[in-house]
Amino acid sequence: MPEARIIPLRPDEDPPPPPGSPSWEEQVAGGLEFLRRRLTGEYDTDEFGFDPDLADHVLLPMLRPWFERWFRVETQGLENVPDTGGALVVANHSGTIPVDALMETVALHDQHPAGRRLRLLGADLVFQAPFIGALARKMGVTLACNEDAERLLSAGELVGVFPEGFKGVGKSFSERYTLQRFGRGGFVSAALRTGVPIVPCAIVGAEEIYPMLGNARTAARLLGLPYFPITPTFPLLGPLGAVPLPSKWFIAFGEPIETASYGSAAADDPMIVFNLTDQVRETIQHSLYRLLLQRRSVFS
Amino acid sequence: MPPAVVLVTGVSRWLGGALAAELAANPSIDRVIGVDTIPPSAEVLRRLGRTEFVRADIRSPLIGKVVESASVDTVVHMNISATAAGAGGRVPMKELNVIGTMQLLAACQRSPTVRRLVLKSTSAVYGASPRDPAVFTEAMEARRVPRGGFARDSLDIEGYVRSFARRRPDVGVAVLRFTNIIGPQIDSLLSGFFRMPVVPTALGYDARLQLLHEDDAVAVLARATTGDFVGTVNAGAPGTLLLSQAIRRLGRVALPVPPGAMGVVGRLTRRAGLRDWSLEQMNSLTSGRVVDIRVLCEEFGYVPRYTTEEALADYARTVTPVVRPEVVADVTGTAQSVVHRVAEGVSAVESMVADRRPAPSVPGLRAVRDA
Repeated sequence: MPEARIIPLRPDEDPPPPPGSPSWEEQVAGGLEFLRRRLTGEYDTDEFGFDPDLADHVLLPMLRPWFERWFRVETQGLENVPDTGGALVVANHSGTIPVDALMETVALHDQHPAGRRLRLLGADLVFQAPFIGALARKMGVTLACNEDAERLLSAGELVGVFPEGFKGVGKSFSERYTLQRFGRGGFVSAALRTGVPIVPCAIVGAEEIYPMLGNARTAARLLGLPYFPITPTFPLLGPLGAVPLPSKWFIAFGEPIETASYGSAAADDPMIVFNLTDQVRETIQHSLYRLLLQRRSVFS
Repeated sequence: MPPAVVLVTGVSRWLGGALAAELAANPSIDRVIGVDTIPPSAEVLRRLGRTEFVRADIRSPLIGKVVESASVDTVVHMNISATAAGAGGRVPMKELNVIGTMQLLAACQRSPTVRRLVLKSTSAVYGASPRDPAVFTEAMEARRVPRGGFARDSLDIEGYVRSFARRRPDVGVAVLRFTNIIGPQIDSLLSGFFRMPVVPTALGYDARLQLLHEDDAVAVLARATTGDFVGTVNAGAPGTLLLSQAIRRLGRVALPVPPGAMGVVGRLTRRAGLRDWSLEQMNSLTSGRVVDIRVLCEEFGYVPRYTTEEALADYARTVTPVVRPEVVADVTGTAQSVVHRVAEGVSAVESMVADRRPAPSVPGLRAVRDA
């Protein structure tokens, strides 16, 4: 006999304490245990330099307030990201500083039912830079090259890529939400070779965090950077200009484009690669327009 | 068919000696001949067993006579120096590495009896740069070709060995690209590096390390000598560690040095007689390098017994930590108990305060009022 369901008389009364918020004592104890692990090196890292212990206990908690409070990120279509197995998440890139990559990582880790870790592919400039490169590796980023992408995908990881690269992050504000050229389709051939689905992802809101009004080319050349941004607050307000504007964000994952049926030999067929690249690009551009129509204003 | 007569170069060093001892213990091998420029130490000599030691310089044509007179059929070439100090300067080092290999290969090419050549190479041939893929397979090449030192020598040596293989297609050539070898006994670059209580690292960089336990290294060399694997194989242990992590696990103190100041620090430690470590080695500890070991496990047929972590743990037995893990556990444990006591105090005060407050209204009464 099934048990009768108990319906509370007044559900609005006595709300249960929010689950999963540990007391400050537990938090401090956890922090001390974390400190002990870090000092004695008793944690695991993988061959790409990914340090899940550091990511879970330091890096993601640091990003979470930005994700929840500052940008108030809303995610859509998380069901399009598979719970297990490899997949390639392809997204538009914007925002002068690649904050969108960080927010995408938080979105998939915190909001996806399977808590998926996004393994991002970064430009070699990231790994040349001291501190940033080491930190990026610990967060799970690796070099954007086919060898690494295929290795991660065939190991069943969720790989995130921004085919626009610096052309996307470093474009001026007037070109916002127009996709730049999608590289040489290297990401498509990696997906074809490993037979994993491609999940198109559109990120709205990142364009407005540091509206890039101009590019100081001489300064960029002197510093060896691909661009040197001039935004309404930077370099005018100095370090204060590093504070991003609190735009409202949407991250939408589109329906996966499957690649397994083409076979791995298709990776060497430029026609298929170009067609798929275009298809992914079109899909992202359309969902960008759709999201922009949904958005009431930039900041709410 | 097991080899009848094996020639091992570089037998006076730990790894060469260990391999010769291993081969000498194998009854199916008739003779083991060890060659080196310096005589082995008493300890190595004791282990060598029935190995015949020939003091010869592979840079001189004399080596040809040794190969010929003993009708050697398998040559294991591991007399490659990784540091300038070990060879007495960069010029003698390059000469030993490159000219020595050329002489040895010339002797092998002339000899009709040689049918197998094993080269102990290094994964340093993959270079070290921020443009590297995370994991190198045997088919990949250095993204940025190493310009000087050991890696350049190793690349040259591999090139000579490849052209030797072309000229003598009847000789089976196995090239073993070893990662950093570590263990309680071996005196490798890295093992000496980690013996320093304060370990200099590149500020702002954290390399991935892949190690190989010394026992596994000897086993791989022995298998390559007696087996029939032909081709190139990466020899490293499964798993990786970050340099910072390895330093912490060994209880060492990391001293981050700006990469530009590395040379100065290197000279200082060398002058202090602490340790010889080359700038080049530091560069490889800046970017890190990991190799794929699928070929080793599947085609070559050897699965390392120690993972990188276990190899480091085995090595850690021989170093006394500066930062003891027990002390760290003690301190954090004490702090935790203090926190626990404070928390107890706070909750006691809270309950006292709560007792004085007027009792909240009983929900049942409210229900009556609502009705």
